[in-house]
Amino acid sequence: MKSKILASVGLIAASAVVLTGCSSGGGGGGSSAAASCTNEIVNEDAAQVTVWAWYPAFEAVVDNFNNTHDDVQVCWTNAGQGNDEYTKFSTSIESGSGAPDVIQLESEVLSSFAIRDALVDLTEYGANDVKDKFTPGSWEDASSGDAVYAIPVDGGPMGMLYRQDIFDEAGITVPTTWEEFATAAQQLKDAGTGGVLANFPTNGRAFNQALFAQAGSVPFTYDSAKPTEVGIEVNDQGAKDVLEYWDGLIKKDLVTTDDAFTADYNTSLVDGTYAVYLAAAWGPGYLQGLSDADEGAVWRAAPLPQWDAANPVQVNWGGSTFAVTEQAEDKANAAIVAKEIFGTDEAWKIGVEQSALFPSYVPMLESEYFANLEYPFFDGQQINKDVFLEAAAGYEGATFSPFQNYAYDQLTEEIYSMVQDEKDASGALDDLQETLTKYATEQGFTVE
Amino acid sequence: MHAAGRSLPVGGRRRTPDPKEKLMALTTAPARSTPPTSSAARTKVGVDRIDRKRQRWGWLFVGPFALVFLGFLIVPLAYAFWMSLQTSTLATGTQFTWFANYGKAFTDPIFLEGLARVGRFAIVMIPAQMLVALAAAMVLDNLTTVLSKFSRLMIFVPYAVPGVIGALMWGFLYSPRFGPGSDIFSLFGLDAPNFLSQDSIFGSLVNIVTWQWSGYYMIIIYAALRGVDSSVYEAARLDGANSWQIALRVKLPMISSSMVMVLIFSLIGTLQFFTEPQVLRAVAQGAIPVSYTPNMYAYSLAFSYSQFNYASAISFALGIVVFIGSYLFLFLTRKQNGLK
Repeated sequence: MKSKILASVGLIAASAVVLTGCSSGGGGGGSSAAASCTNEIVNEDAAQVTVWAWYPAFEAVVDNFNNTHDDVQVCWTNAGQGNDEYTKFSTSIESGSGAPDVIQLESEVLSSFAIRDALVDLTEYGANDVKDKFTPGSWEDASSGDAVYAIPVDGGPMGMLYRQDIFDEAGITVPTTWEEFATAAQQLKDAGTGGVLANFPTNGRAFNQALFAQAGSVPFTYDSAKPTEVGIEVNDQGAKDVLEYWDGLIKKDLVTTDDAFTADYNTSLVDGTYAVYLAAAWGPGYLQGLSDADEGAVWRAAPLPQWDAANPVQVNWGGSTFAVTEQAEDKANAAIVAKEIFGTDEAWKIGVEQSALFPSYVPMLESEYFANLEYPFFDGQQINKDVFLEAAAGYEGATFSPFQNYAYDQLTEEIYSMVQDEKDASGALDDLQETLTKYATEQGFTVE
Repeated sequence: MHAAGRSLPVGGRRRTPDPKEKLMALTTAPARSTPPTSSAARTKVGVDRIDRKRQRWGWLFVGPFALVFLGFLIVPLAYAFWMSLQTSTLATGTQFTWFANYGKAFTDPIFLEGLARVGRFAIVMIPAQMLVALAAAMVLDNLTTVLSKFSRLMIFVPYAVPGVIGALMWGFLYSPRFGPGSDIFSLFGLDAPNFLSQDSIFGSLVNIVTWQWSGYYMIIIYAALRGVDSSVYEAARLDGANSWQIALRVKLPMISSSMVMVLIFSLIGTLQFFTEPQVLRAVAQGAIPVSYTPNMYAYSLAFSYSQFNYASAISFALGIVVFIGSYLFLFLTRKQNGLK
């Protein structure tokens, strides 16, 4: 009799082990050798820091770090790109465990995670010592007030990639202002090639916001020292002017409004449907990864068109950072990883050549090597020297709201209703202002 | 006639059991375990011990299931309910607010709009699926050729395709560039509509769901039809009923309880509409906003905007609506579904 009871207890205990086994993953930190890393640990005795990142060819960068550090080792996992990773991170913040020690985050979401007390202010861990190694714009993006929530890695200064062959065919000269850009759009349509000059995606999110910023739009003010106060002005004149400009092009069928980052859009980018790709510095790498490209495509890069050619304004689209999470047990070592993993010329050589990243790391930006780099995709054009270095130097940084994902989703809805002729550009942005103000108030913010 | 092969004596295994009989069987079950009075040797204590021993074995068998059931359903549900009673905002932290979230949910225009939208989907989608399933099942029930087996399989295949894969596939079929739409329409000299635009996304989604689920419902209805004693049809035919009349006046009423079941399945599925719009959103972000259906709203609240508490409340609010809806429906159709 007893043995049967024991047996049943044993069975239940066994199933309990199976159940809890599912929830004991993650954690990390310390020197637990059991953690599963994608890379190989060179020095088994050293403290390990878990890292989530999605950079292409990142394993080589990790190996470079591990080979040059005796006391700390990186254990890297790819937990998905962008929102896929953020969802996992967000869930582990909520559950209190499972986050990595160091995480790749785009600068636009830093405030959203900082307000949930998920990120460590790196000023305590010597962040300001390395401040000079990064461009002022990227540093501004990664900090809020005096706090520094991440170490910048790569940036997305914007330029214009265009198809020289299509331009030649339609007799278009490269536009340097948005006025010329509109004229070129008309020229291309009149030439009747079937394509359009460019695409204005309603779900452009950071892309749309960057174009607004070029006309002086400052949508948010936020300082994590005063976390319950946020300033919202998404409907300022700059944003309205830019959106009205694009609305005009859309109404005249001079540009399309396809959703970005779909299979359709990707093909249109490379098969000549769009003659221009308004892109960030990571754009060339993105283009090269796409299939179905035109055989005879001749790509060139030029600076982004300006509103006022005499006073050019440089803007940025995307770019990411390494942040240290509050769940990290050994924050000092985690901070070392965040600061140093992309903190050497060797690492950046891999980053530039294999991952097609655009560094925020000043020694690389100032190097002859980077400026003179010739890109085979552009038939040897030195696109950094011609376009992106200047764009990166001119970028002054931006402030993102602590509910940026919501703000972008709403921006997408409003631009879509504008495209659907439900409202005009100005009305769409006024509605956006109202929605965001209401949301911020509901979330307990004092809206200025 | 093949009828002879199919007819069974009345009271055969194919007859649907009368619910009252089931109830009888249940109430008489414990009686069987009491020993006949004649076996005086057995004391009452002995019986209790045997019972207890049996119960122990019962627990052993139920144990693994009960543990998983508790661990993966009851505990998460209780935790979600607990979460839904608290309010947490980005700037001010978490407070216990009792049912304030529910008050907010049922006055939240986004949630109500989502409910209205799935309501519209229910009105269009459920009849569409049921009609297709019923028609296919009736036709297959009358066919006896090899073709029938093959067709049955083919109609069922979409259900075997995982929902996400199906939706991804349709995403490509709807795509203006990769889809066959423009080719097909150009045969007739027409411009293909944009299946992913705001105006047509509703129909596009109805089409995906109908494609995916009709086969499954067809199998349920078909099984019910095979369960009907075919001598009934013979009798109807002798009384002068034609095929249409047999289908509509004899077959349909005899499988009404299966039809009600199908309806309940599709009603619950439609109210919880999530997979297809969520997947299609990747290629139509404008036409399908994040809060398109209540489930998508709850998902984005939790995982995009990190409002886990309000998301829990929205989920429970949707659960309440589904529960009331299903209950009301079962009550209204109590005659057909045999629950009376």
